[in-house]
Amino acid sequence: MAKKVMVQTVINNDDTTFVCETRQTLLEVLRDELGMTGTKEGCGNGNCGACNVMLDGVLVNSCLVLAVEAEGRTVTTIEGVAEAEGLHPIQQAFLEHAALQCGICTPGFIISSKALLEQNPNPSEHDVRLWLAGNLCRCTGYDKIVRAVLDVASAGQAKAGA
Amino acid sequence: MAVTEKAMHATNGHTSPPASKPADGYTIIGSRPVRPDGVDKVTGRAIYGADVRLQGLLYGKVLRSPHAHARILSIDTSKAEALPGVKAVVTGADLPTAADKVEDLGESAINLKYLSANILAHDKALYHGHAIAAVAAVDSHTAEEAIGFIEVKYEVLPPVMTVDDAMADNAPILLDGLRTDEMGEMGSKPTNLAKHFRHQQGDLAAGFAAAEVVVERTFRTETVHQGYIEPHTGTAQYNTDGQVTIWASTQGTFAVRNQTSEILRIPVSQIKVIPTEIGGGFGGKINVYLEPVAVLLSKKAGGKPVKLVMSRTEVLQATGPTSGSNIRIKIGADANGKITAAHAELYYEAGAFPGSPVGAAANVVLAPYAIDNLQVDGYDIVVNRPRSAAYRAPGGTNAAYATESVLNEIAEKLGIDQAHIRLINGAKQGDRRPDGVQHTEPIGLLETVQAIAESDHYNTPLTGKYQGRGIACGYWNNWGGKSSATAVLNADGTVSLNEASTDIGGSRASIAMQFAEAVGIGYEQVKPRVGDTDSVAYNDVTGGSRTTFSTGMAAHNMGVEMLSQMKERLADVWEVDAVEYADGEFSGGDNHISFQEAAALIYKTGEPLMVSSTVFPRSFGPGFSTQLADVEVDPETGKVTILRYTIAQDVGRAIHPSYVEGQMQGGVVQGIGWALNEEYIYNEKGQLLNGSLLDYRMPTALDLPMIETILVEVPYPGHPYGVRGVGEVNIVPPAGAIANAVANAIGSRMFELPMSPARVLEAMKE
Amino acid sequence: MQAFDFVSARSVDEVVAALAAGGERARPLSGGTDLLTQLKEGRRAYETVVDLKRIPELMEIRIGTDGLWLGASVPCHLINKNADIQKMYPALHDSTGLIGGTQIQGRASLGGNLCNASPAADGIPNLIVHSVTAHIAGPNGSRTLAVEDFCVAPGRNALQSGEVLVALQFPAPGKNFGAAYLRFIPRNEMDIAVVGAGASVVLSDDGQTIQSARISLGAVAPTPLFVKAAGEALAGQPVSEETLEKAAQIAQEAAKPISDMRGTIAQRKHLSGVLTKRALRIAIDRARGTSTVDSLGRLNGNG
Repeated sequence: MAKKVMVQTVINNDDTTFVCETRQTLLEVLRDELGMTGTKEGCGNGNCGACNVMLDGVLVNSCLVLAVEAEGRTVTTIEGVAEAEGLHPIQQAFLEHAALQCGICTPGFIISSKALLEQNPNPSEHDVRLWLAGNLCRCTGYDKIVRAVLDVASAGQAKAGA
Repeated sequence: MAVTEKAMHATNGHTSPPASKPADGYTIIGSRPVRPDGVDKVTGRAIYGADVRLQGLLYGKVLRSPHAHARILSIDTSKAEALPGVKAVVTGADLPTAADKVEDLGESAINLKYLSANILAHDKALYHGHAIAAVAAVDSHTAEEAIGFIEVKYEVLPPVMTVDDAMADNAPILLDGLRTDEMGEMGSKPTNLAKHFRHQQGDLAAGFAAAEVVVERTFRTETVHQGYIEPHTGTAQYNTDGQVTIWASTQGTFAVRNQTSEILRIPVSQIKVIPTEIGGGFGGKINVYLEPVAVLLSKKAGGKPVKLVMSRTEVLQATGPTSGSNIRIKIGADANGKITAAHAELYYEAGAFPGSPVGAAANVVLAPYAIDNLQVDGYDIVVNRPRSAAYRAPGGTNAAYATESVLNEIAEKLGIDQAHIRLINGAKQGDRRPDGVQHTEPIGLLETVQAIAESDHYNTPLTGKYQGRGIACGYWNNWGGKSSATAVLNADGTVSLNEASTDIGGSRASIAMQFAEAVGIGYEQVKPRVGDTDSVAYNDVTGGSRTTFSTGMAAHNMGVEMLSQMKERLADVWEVDAVEYADGEFSGGDNHISFQEAAALIYKTGEPLMVSSTVFPRSFGPGFSTQLADVEVDPETGKVTILRYTIAQDVGRAIHPSYVEGQMQGGVVQGIGWALNEEYIYNEKGQLLNGSLLDYRMPTALDLPMIETILVEVPYPGHPYGVRGVGEVNIVPPAGAIANAVANAIGSRMFELPMSPARVLEAMKE
Repeated sequence: MQAFDFVSARSVDEVVAALAAGGERARPLSGGTDLLTQLKEGRRAYETVVDLKRIPELMEIRIGTDGLWLGASVPCHLINKNADIQKMYPALHDSTGLIGGTQIQGRASLGGNLCNASPAADGIPNLIVHSVTAHIAGPNGSRTLAVEDFCVAPGRNALQSGEVLVALQFPAPGKNFGAAYLRFIPRNEMDIAVVGAGASVVLSDDGQTIQSARISLGAVAPTPLFVKAAGEALAGQPVSEETLEKAAQIAQEAAKPISDMRGTIAQRKHLSGVLTKRALRIAIDRARGTSTVDSLGRLNGNG
């Protein structure tokens, strides 16, 4: 077996040190070593977005990041999205809009949507569809997902305007 | 008929979720509550197949055939076994000899020896990606290295990839023992044609003779995959006492139990299947692939649990898909557009083992229309592709694509509006399906056509030169199937509802809502869960659009029974003759108490209260859907853009309208992918070239508009709330609707799916 | 995936030393969106992987009077959101907005895209039409190479053993400059280009004459193609559909595609012409500051 290395990171605001093989992806370490199975693997090749996480605030496919590359970086996963007072507004909107069916793609969509709204709080429908094009959903046809994200954005705009 | 039109075309200012209001006459049904498993799914806490973590877990990998068709001469696993960290290696030789008999263990029947050979190849590899051997090791990288050390010697045989290849004279034979079932007569010669059957009604020749217009066309559709985002997984532990536990992401825990039992010759009583959450199925998670292999590996590894997870490439190479097909349709109509005769020939590729969905296709192909003179011939043909699996209204999309294309050609020739020709011919109560089954109850086909004809969409003109509009109708039989459930009354007035229909799209909500409606309590008072195979009686798969229908019926029955028992118990306690229940209140004599108080009183005064229901409805309401597509074609590239799309579907009764709409939208988008870009691409050796989600092109969010839904409610009288299955029929019309729209846009008709840009460009040159 | 040693390099010298020591068995890692996929699928295997992303020079965007210095490992999303780059190097902006999806753009770099040397790379035609120079460091010092000479065969680049691509240098755009990159894919995102086309133009002050132009095509030859003749044919010509058609014909003739699962020879030849014209129309619009065509370079939404 290959030799292992130690990696220090901050995951969802917690200092986290783990030991891994250099060939392990961040996705593998999150799921198999750290037990954080909320991040899903749909394709392993960056084509579906189910494994999306934020690395230093940037949206990435965790299946295409080596775990050793996370040394000194911050990682945000689906487990870190809910806030102390309850669900994040995006999570709540997904529930109210029935924007999930099987739910396997949902963590990736929520992370991607969060990244979108952080940098573009008032996206158009086209902006949402373009940003989310790397997240595949096979159940919903995307309609309710797009509506949920637009709803959160317009609620945020309403709040900002108030 | 009630039609709920929701104008959802523009998103401007309409982003808040639709109001959650119950339907007229109901307190729960028709509202839109948050699903019980919702919070777990938006926080990442829900446990899916690959999320199962167990003490001492080993990771498995499967070695797959690089050849489409090859005899396996030898397999040497010794080097793999010697690799440090490897705990078990298995091959087809580890499988017990399977019985040569046909059994229905999921949604469709299969010969058990074929089922076994699909798990781990016996003597032949029959498709690129066919499982040959499997390894369990301490981690996935070691397992992957180990399969690279397994040496397999093959005698490569010529691949048989299509209907035409398989039916050719002197075609290589895939399965030595296969003989043609020719309308009930077994043939004597080796063949790749497993079955030919026929449905006939009326006088075909007379019908065509009476026609003013006859159109005959031949169509080709390619193999496509269900495309669920969760790859197949299977985790199993073979305990030293012979008890087997399987954690499965499946459409049917009992289907997994039965198939594993037959393949491994282990009694069902020794197998417990625990359902995890399931990341999509669409019919593709009924067949087992990995679970029996995980059991074998665990047994060899001394009882340590083993988890197998497929890569996306394995999913595409070796699971699903649904059949490619050749379809010939001939339809005649009189000058008024009334169909006088129709003949359909359906040639479906079953994959490596018999069992394509051609049987279902033969019912779908002409079912939306009342036709007196018809003939349908179905052919089930084996080819060197993966064993076909159910995919949402299996076989229906291909068949309807052909029929709906030809019907529009007839309408064009006769100068009849495409909605109108469907109103002229549409089936209604009393008409018969191609196989003779009569629609004895009300059906909603005509109502869906009418809803489309009256829609804002249909009455808004197109605006561009290369735009086109198409309509298509679709039919799906739906299913009843067996369901079982229990309900426990808790002392606080809540109810724990234990059922066994694995929940792919929100069925826990629709089942809990039906229970709550029956009992007259709040939806939040009902706590549904999906139990394992030891916790409820037998339950059929989540498939055939049956779950909200049948398991919902069981929930309704339990609600009625629970109220009845509660009344009896209260009558005893109160020492009165009769107890009434209305508006959430029990009353008898001078006593009046709420449901919650009644629950507490029952607990205090006697034994706990639990009810159960098992159902097997033999009749069920079919589904119809009519769909309208607007497209625009880029004349220089051939690329088709979907501009607008509207679905009208007879949903019987929408229990949770949001999830009904979601089924409709999801099915249609799968159909759009099928119509435009999805296809299996093989090289001349029969190797799959596009085994990734990069090159197997499912629609992205950017490829689609909002999908408008019109819920037509023609209640099915055989269900307490009028429910019809809603999950499948929506995928039947899209390819036909889009084909009609593309033909309208470019002025020439295409006869092949997918209508990918290169093909559209070619069609425009003609 | 085969096990490997991971080197997190902090300087170009360190990279060069690690690569020189590892030879063919060592590989630099930039965004990893190609390399990790290749390692997972067993298409490539290395004993040493050298991460470049902690080397300041390789992560730098520097815009000066002499143009743009783009560190080879800067991820697409940082390039794409840079307003100066969007104005000065619009084809680069186009490319970085359409490589993969959003999450791929969070990692993928232009240097990586170039070194991966895919004939269909969406990142390379824009570099060619922007007249980019590759800056290379190696055991024998530094050298530069015109970007159109960087790819030598499918998956193979001009780097010698121990060499690493440090940066891409974009010359300052003159006035009346416009550029665009377009590709044709069956979906609207997440596909490999069937054909890609980059175009850049310099117009006369009145915007009516093309003074010079560069055309580049992707996915129609073993390497991304610089169609010099098409650009030369445009020089001195008036802006008109006829002129563009002529350039498109030259581009189409220069295209030497193959048939594979993503496209046929005939389709790729045809698209070479269509996309060349469309890319030129957008480039001209941008040089003029007008908008006579849609985002796909189409007139009236059609041809």
